[in-house]
Amino acid sequence: MSETMTVSKQQIASKRGTLSTFWHDFRQRKVAFISFLFFVLLVILAVIGPYIVPFNPQTPDYNHVLQGMSQKHWAGTDEYGRDVLSRLIAGTRISLGIGISSVLIGAMAGTILGLVSGYFGKWVDKTIMRICDVLFAFPDILLAIGIVAILGPGLKNVIFAVAFFSVPSFARMVRGKTLEVKEMLFIEAEKSIGAKTNRIIFRHIFPETIPIIIVYLTMQVGTAILAAASLSFLGLGASPSSPDWGAMLSMSRDYIGTAFNLVFFPGLAIFLTVLSLNNLGDGLRDILDPKIKD
Amino acid sequence: MKKYIVKRILGIIPLLFVVSFLIFLFIHLVPGDPARLIAGKDADLQQINAIKHQLHLDEPLYKQYIDYMNNLFHGNLGESIKSKVPVSELIGERIVPSLELSLLSIAWAMVIGVLIGIISAIFKNRWPDNIGMITAVSGISLPNFWLGLVMIQIFSVKLGLLPTGGIETWKGYLMPSIALGAGIMAMIARFTRSSLVQTLKEDFIRTGRSRGYSGLTIVFGHALRSSLIPVVTVAGLQFGFLLGGSIVVETVFSFPGMGRLLINSIQMRDYPVVQAELMLFSFEFILVNLIVDLLYGFLNPKIRYD
Repeated sequence: MSETMTVSKQQIASKRGTLSTFWHDFRQRKVAFISFLFFVLLVILAVIGPYIVPFNPQTPDYNHVLQGMSQKHWAGTDEYGRDVLSRLIAGTRISLGIGISSVLIGAMAGTILGLVSGYFGKWVDKTIMRICDVLFAFPDILLAIGIVAILGPGLKNVIFAVAFFSVPSFARMVRGKTLEVKEMLFIEAEKSIGAKTNRIIFRHIFPETIPIIIVYLTMQVGTAILAAASLSFLGLGASPSSPDWGAMLSMSRDYIGTAFNLVFFPGLAIFLTVLSLNNLGDGLRDILDPKIKD
Repeated sequence: MKKYIVKRILGIIPLLFVVSFLIFLFIHLVPGDPARLIAGKDADLQQINAIKHQLHLDEPLYKQYIDYMNNLFHGNLGESIKSKVPVSELIGERIVPSLELSLLSIAWAMVIGVLIGIISAIFKNRWPDNIGMITAVSGISLPNFWLGLVMIQIFSVKLGLLPTGGIETWKGYLMPSIALGAGIMAMIARFTRSSLVQTLKEDFIRTGRSRGYSGLTIVFGHALRSSLIPVVTVAGLQFGFLLGGSIVVETVFSFPGMGRLLINSIQMRDYPVVQAELMLFSFEFILVNLIVDLLYGFLNPKIRYD
């Protein structure tokens, strides 16, 4: 009786598949799961935000400037009388947009470089890794500031700058994993039946690197949002009039003694977003890459 | 060991050259004519040519690079276009406050970070650990400029205890160093915890326990020493984070340091100053990384030197 029970349990486990096991493990981690729900909420806000805002985030209302928190304006109004909450909601799209797009671009470039570097080895590997070493010789934000100083301020340039400094970390990480996977038997088997290099790299090695890429991607989006907010705060990113969270904080400096809400809420939005991404990244790491847990 | 040190030091020379070349190219990478950009919209051809001449942009590229490196070795970093003051003088005034701020930040961050890490590791998965790690992950996620602004609001505006900026007294260093160190403290706390948790699983600790040593003796007398080796290196590697952070934090507190000079120079398109600062920041970063690397080898005898 007990034997049949074990078998049926195993059968269930195999039927459940990797994805549902993952989902089951993930739901056990409360902090990561709550962070995930929060992040989903942010993504929904980024998509539908501009349609549900209580006030137009860009239209000035000079009769209601610098008002504190009230029932009408939950987070108060800014120096042009614009509703802060509406601007924060509208800004979700900008902040998440910059964070996600820059890291995706950086991850894509870095992954391809890492796969190529790790698979081909020799001079290809040496050249790519030396270039990465040079990029690592600059602190991230300094590299981004340098790039924006060359290209000029603006959102597109910030995305490029942040993507640029993400490339070497992804490249190095994916290279490491590629070196490991390259030596596995199934790759040798593929080679011996004459599979093309492209197929081996993208159909067989790449899928093995996906878990670590997902973990790092999640954490890096948080870093990217912080970096982009810093650049906007320094006046090198989004235009000061746009509802970007960093730009809003930058503008709030002039009203620091008079309107605390202008300082508090945009920063809180950045903080909670980055916090949720870091917690989510931690949780995913524990499940997908248990070797580095603790 | 000596051979390894020499090898590592010689190894960074090519890197320094490549980095210096890239930063030299910086001014040439600016789209359009940098001289025209610096001169402004209303400048006539004569003014533009004067700036070109001043920056030696009218000379062939290889000659510009040789001159540039020659000047660099002689400590001549050029002249600010806006204030006409030698760049070395501008940086000289600001380097000491910036270094003081960095050292102060990393000092408190290490002490508090290691403490939180130890407490978390001892009470692993219990409430002190949870609180410690919530603090740590919050510290990493906190925008340092926001922390700075909120502190100004509370301690300067509301309570009137601390100055909003300037460094006339030691009080001027307090809030900037807290804003700057928070993230590093958090990372050190996380790293100390994980390192100590790993060490506490080792055989020599089990032996210690079986001999009846108390928990505290084991942690402070045995485990901590070997767990702190990677923590030292992590603290060192946070220096880059510190450099980046200082740029933002100095702007928040109008701190008279290198970071604020960089941002002001970028906004005024004072390229010689920007170039010199980028150079200094990246050289500093490379050197600190080298020192950390050597220190790691020194502290951890398991590292092989070949």
